[in-house]
This record gives sequence, structure tokens and C-alpha cells, in this order.
Amino acid sequence: MGFDMSPLRISLETAFTSTAVTFVLGILAANWMKEYRGRMKSLLDGIFNLPLVLPPTVVGFFLLLLFGRNGPVGKILFNIGITVIFSWPATVIAASVVSFPMMYRSARGAFEQIDLNIINAARTLGVPEWKIFLKVVLPLAWPGVAAGTVLAFARAIGEFGATLMIAGNIPGRTQTIPVAIYFAAAGGDMDKALVWVILIILISFTVIFLMNFWSEVQHKFIPYYRGR
Amino acid sequence: MELAADIEKKLPGFTLRVNFETGKHILGLLGASGSGKSMILRCIAGLETPGRGRIVLNGRVLFDSERGINLPSQKRKVGLVFQNYALFPNMTVAQNIGFALKNVQKSERLSIIDEKIYMMHLEGLEDRYPYQLSGGQQQRVALARALAIEPEVLLLDEPFSALDEHLREHMAGQLIVSLEEYRGVTLFVTHNIEEAYRICQNLMILSYGKVEACADKEEIFKRPPTLTAAQITGCKNISRIKRVSGNMFEAVDWGCRLTVDSLPDNAAYVGMRAHYIAAANENEQENVCYCRPVMTSEAPFRVTVYLSVETPPSKAENYNLQWEITWEEWLHMQATPLPWRIFINPCHLFFIRG
Repeated sequence: MGFDMSPLRISLETAFTSTAVTFVLGILAANWMKEYRGRMKSLLDGIFNLPLVLPPTVVGFFLLLLFGRNGPVGKILFNIGITVIFSWPATVIAASVVSFPMMYRSARGAFEQIDLNIINAARTLGVPEWKIFLKVVLPLAWPGVAAGTVLAFARAIGEFGATLMIAGNIPGRTQTIPVAIYFAAAGGDMDKALVWVILIILISFTVIFLMNFWSEVQHKFIPYYRGR
Repeated sequence: MELAADIEKKLPGFTLRVNFETGKHILGLLGASGSGKSMILRCIAGLETPGRGRIVLNGRVLFDSERGINLPSQKRKVGLVFQNYALFPNMTVAQNIGFALKNVQKSERLSIIDEKIYMMHLEGLEDRYPYQLSGGQQQRVALARALAIEPEVLLLDEPFSALDEHLREHMAGQLIVSLEEYRGVTLFVTHNIEEAYRICQNLMILSYGKVEACADKEEIFKRPPTLTAAQITGCKNISRIKRVSGNMFEAVDWGCRLTVDSLPDNAAYVGMRAHYIAAANENEQENVCYCRPVMTSEAPFRVTVYLSVETPPSKAENYNLQWEITWEEWLHMQATPLPWRIFINPCHLFFIRG
């Protein structure tokens, strides 16, 4: 009997997809919060950071309430013929929610370090806001944004608790590497668990290596990013 | 070319209230740090919103609190040069200057960039990044970038404050030449008296958000209308007045009696710049007083002598007048026996209303 490699494929697909989702959502949320001056600011900031401090099972529980057949979102999706729970998209949702704070926090920190005068200068020159964001804000915040992306990816690929709660353990469909390790070990198949453990260590090590490499590259460009 | 601004905005500690109009001559905003100068520029540029008021540039309403008009910065056609230049660190000099010109054709854009680079003496630096430039070069790029969009008003926020003394002089000279070709309205914010006098034709003196004076620079330096304006324009000798008779008055803080051709009715203070005091001739009798030096403050080419009039001073700080003279005069005065006779020429006195 051949070794089933599907958890590797599912884990990578899930991690890449959810990183893409958090990349966009995290940056948008961070940019929006940078400008937002309303009373809800600290409450919203708290909610955006919540997945970082909550146990993943609690996040999974909330997602279950939200996307379950009787949940507010789940009901709408069910009516148009989509069931999210225990499907591959559920692994992406779980990984995205759990890794969102990594992206949001890094991006927001990077945005807030930019000299406001630089953005104001672009405004007085008549440059539209979206272009200022793409050509000035994002390039200047890039080191922080990139670091946040790597962290979000690392968090997504290691996601276990929330995934198990809303995506379950369906081999070939929703079984990611961490879930596979748990069920292999629980079922006494220690050899199989060990193979996945070694693989996930390799992946994590690669991520750390990339992160260090990145900060070295970044170091060379410090005068470029530093501003004045 | 005309800018009319009526701005009222609450700031921490005071309320900014200014109302002025300016045309083709450079208007300088002079005042201590934190007097609201930069805030005026930021309101005109649309980076801050006044609490109340109206800003009109060449007939275009940029802001009107009553009619609820508040154009975004992008639509105001305002060139603002920031104190720290705020160049885009991720773009070269040429990209910085051309950043706002994406709507025009490429050939035209390149010719505008070339023109500004030539105008600001930035040849050869086109492909450098801001961190590879000196302070003076960065300042010129900032000015070139602001002028590239052909702004209707150019706002300069202490553009030389980050430069050293030598470069400052040089850059001020260059700025005057560059602005000769500029057809729009220019506002120049500074706290440096000499810079303001050199660059601007008209001056507005600000203190705690209030306009103390606004007129031609020569007029303001000759006859500052308020006590604060006199102080901000660097007048060292100011005294309260007690009228004695007709055109004779006692300058209380100077400890002497002076006679002028005509003493304004409501004059409360008299002022005189420190370099106008002179050693009296033998034949001068009126407006002469006797005094002794208390202490001196030396600069490379000038000496400020603190004078005590008539009575010997009890403490070193008890001086009545400040006298600014050259080193040669100072050496000569040191050889003169005490007490010195000094002459206060009434034509150099100015009066401030109470």
C-alpha cells in the first residue's frame, strides 16, 4: 500500500490560498485602521487581534456557529447550494482567520512608521489615494508586509484546532498534515506520524530560513527604506 | 494671482485666527515656533481643516465652512515644500519630480522633469535616491517636485531650517532667483528674521495664532505696530513711556528723558533698534544721556554692550539699553572715559500704541 501524500498537497494548497486571502484582507484592514479615527477603533483592533490570543478551538467553535447550517452565513450559503463545513474551503477559512492577526499587525506597524508628510506631499501633488497607496505606502511598508506574510504562512500551515472543528478529518479532502499527525498518533501508527512530523519540521525550517534570508536582504536596503 | 484666507482653528493652548490676502509678492509668515505658522499652510494645502473660515485661490473656493466646501488636497493645485522635504525615499530624483505627472504624455513629462532639474541645478543627480543626496540637494528636489505641477500657490514651510548656516545663505539666494520666474502666489514660513527680510516683500507677524502685524517688510521693521511685533522683529530696546510735557517724555525703562518732533497721543511704548545708538558729539545737548557698560555679549564681528543709564548698577542684570556696535567702535569706546555720553536720535525711535 502506497503512502498517501494528499495531506501535503492539502496543507500547501490551504496555506498558500489562506496566505493570499490574509495578505489582501490584512493589508486592507491595516490601511483602513490607520485612517480610522472613530470611537470603535480599539474595539475593532481587539477583534482583529482576537484569533491570536484565543485557543484555536474557540475560533473553530465561533466559525462553526457562523458557518453551520443554522448559522447566519451558513444558512445563506446552504440556500444557494453550498455547504462549507467539512469541505476544503473550511480549511482555508480556518487558516485565514487564525493567521489574519499576523498579517494585520505587521502591516499596521509598517504603515504607521511611514512619515505622514511623505503621504501628505503626494496628496498636495494631486496623486489619487489608491496610487499613493500602491506607489508610496506599500513600497515603504514592504519589509513589514513581507515579514507578516511569512508569519501568516507559517501560522496557516501549522493550523490544527480550528481546522479540525470546522473541516474535520476527511482524508484526501480536508486532512492537513497536522490533522494527519494527530490521527496517526492516536491510532498507534507512529511511523506514519513520524514521516509527517519530519516533513512539517522541514517546511517550518525552510520558512525560518527564508525569513532570515529576507531580513538580510532587507538590511542591505535599509538606507533605501529609511527615508531621509 | 491672489490668495485670500480667513482661517479660524482651535489649537492646543490658543485659537488660530488669521485673515489675509496676498498677491504676486512673496508673503513671509514670521513668528516663534508653535505660533501657528505651519498650521496656516496646512489649512491652505487641505491637510488640516479649519474650524471656520474661507480660503479662495484665484477665484476658486478651496474651503468655505458656511457653504460646506472643502476641496481635497489633490484638487487644490498647491505646492507645499515640507520642513523635512518629505521626498519619496523609494524613488529617484527624476521619479520624485515626475511622480505627479502621470497624466501628461511621456515626452512632455520628460521635458518638464528636465526643465525643473536644470532650473534647480540638479543635473547629474537624476538617478540618485534621496538618501544619496545632501540636505541642500534634497531641498532643491522638494522645490522642483512642488513646482512641477505648476501650482497656483507655493507654500514653503521653513525650507532651510534643516541646513547649516553657510548652506542656508546660499540656498536663500538661489531660492530668490528660482522664484523670480514663478508666477503664482508664494507664502514663506520662517522664524529667522534675516531670512524673512531677505526673501519676502511683505511680512505677517504671528504670535499665539494672532496676527500682530501685516505689511511691507520695511514698514514693519521701521515701525512695528505692537509690542509683540517689535519683539519678534528683533527689537532689543523697548520702554514704557511717561509723558512729561508736549513733545518730551520719559522712557521709564531706559531711565532717560527724550524729546521728539511729535509724540503720538496714545503712545504707550517707545522702541529703538540696538544699532541706532551713537556716541554723542560735543555739541549735541538734546537726547543725550550718560551711561556705563554693565556687560557685553560678543559675536564674531559685532559686540552688544548692555548699558546702565546714569546711576551705577547694583546688579549686572540691571541694564537699561542694548547697544550693538562693531569691534572697532567697541575698542574705541573702551578707551573713552566713563561715563559715556550717548545720543539717541529721535528719527530712529518708533512708538507703539497702548
